Amino acid sequence: MANFTPVSATIGGGLIGLAAVLLMLLTGRVAGVSGIFGGCLGLGINDKGWRIAFIAGLILAPLIAGGVGYAMPSPQMPASWIVIVAAGVLVGFGTRLGGGCTSGHGICGNARLSVRSMTATAIFMGTAIVVVALTRHVFGG
Amino acid sequence: MQLIATLSCGLIFGLGLLICGMVQPAKVLAFLDVFGDWDPSLAVVMVAALAVSVPGFALATRRERPFLASRSFWPTRTDIDRPLVIGSALFGIGWGLVGLCPGPAVENLATLSPRVIAFVVAMGAGMALHDLWQNRRPMMIGDEGTLAAVTDG
Repeated sequence: MANFTPVSATIGGGLIGLAAVLLMLLTGRVAGVSGIFGGCLGLGINDKGWRIAFIAGLILAPLIAGGVGYAMPSPQMPASWIVIVAAGVLVGFGTRLGGGCTSGHGICGNARLSVRSMTATAIFMGTAIVVVALTRHVFGG
Repeated sequence: MQLIATLSCGLIFGLGLLICGMVQPAKVLAFLDVFGDWDPSLAVVMVAALAVSVPGFALATRRERPFLASRSFWPTRTDIDRPLVIGSALFGIGWGLVGLCPGPAVENLATLSPRVIAFVVAMGAGMALHDLWQNRRPMMIGDEGTLAAVTDG
């Protein structure tokens, strides 16, 4: 557990929770990034305005942080291009079919004690742990 | 006003992801790697987020309407159906392969990393593929798979 960062995890997690609460209290919307992003693409109901605003804020965050000296490091993604594209398709299709992702189910849904979201969270966490165990300890490494 | 508030929420959400380090796929994968050099940080992130959002949402449900809009869009579904289970499993596989879920993936677009852009484009294609498939399939009684995407978040 050499990389455990409990202080920044608490602060960052608190801010994520705060953003979800503020979005609901102020605008009555669920801060679920997969649903918001899907709506930006014109999928489902047609109310793009607020969705684009939320996504813009999300992308602006690292740019502002970089402007005041806290540059976000470039993400490390050692996987091959085929795996990256396949993973992207799975995440897109899966979150759409399952009705949410780490934010919509994992934070907003669990926060209102939805059994549906608790089930979804247990399943995607569980399968992701199995995939990492297989790729790192069974087939890889 | 509503759009400024929404943009600010996106900004706070993004700062949270940035500070806790979950914009880094490697950090997420280190959490998922329970049989390796396990990093429990993401569990702390979830607990901290819920510590704020559980009481916050309880407060929000007591209000008749949000401050800046005419109504709240609370998810209404409570059933555990097959699309929820299969969809979450497919999402988990993709998440475990690369370490990116939709929030951090979109935020990482700011780095203009070609691999992130490829992931996000593929993610959009996967979403479109799902809706295309749903719309072609004859709707069955009680089948509300397409609505789930709208109702949960």
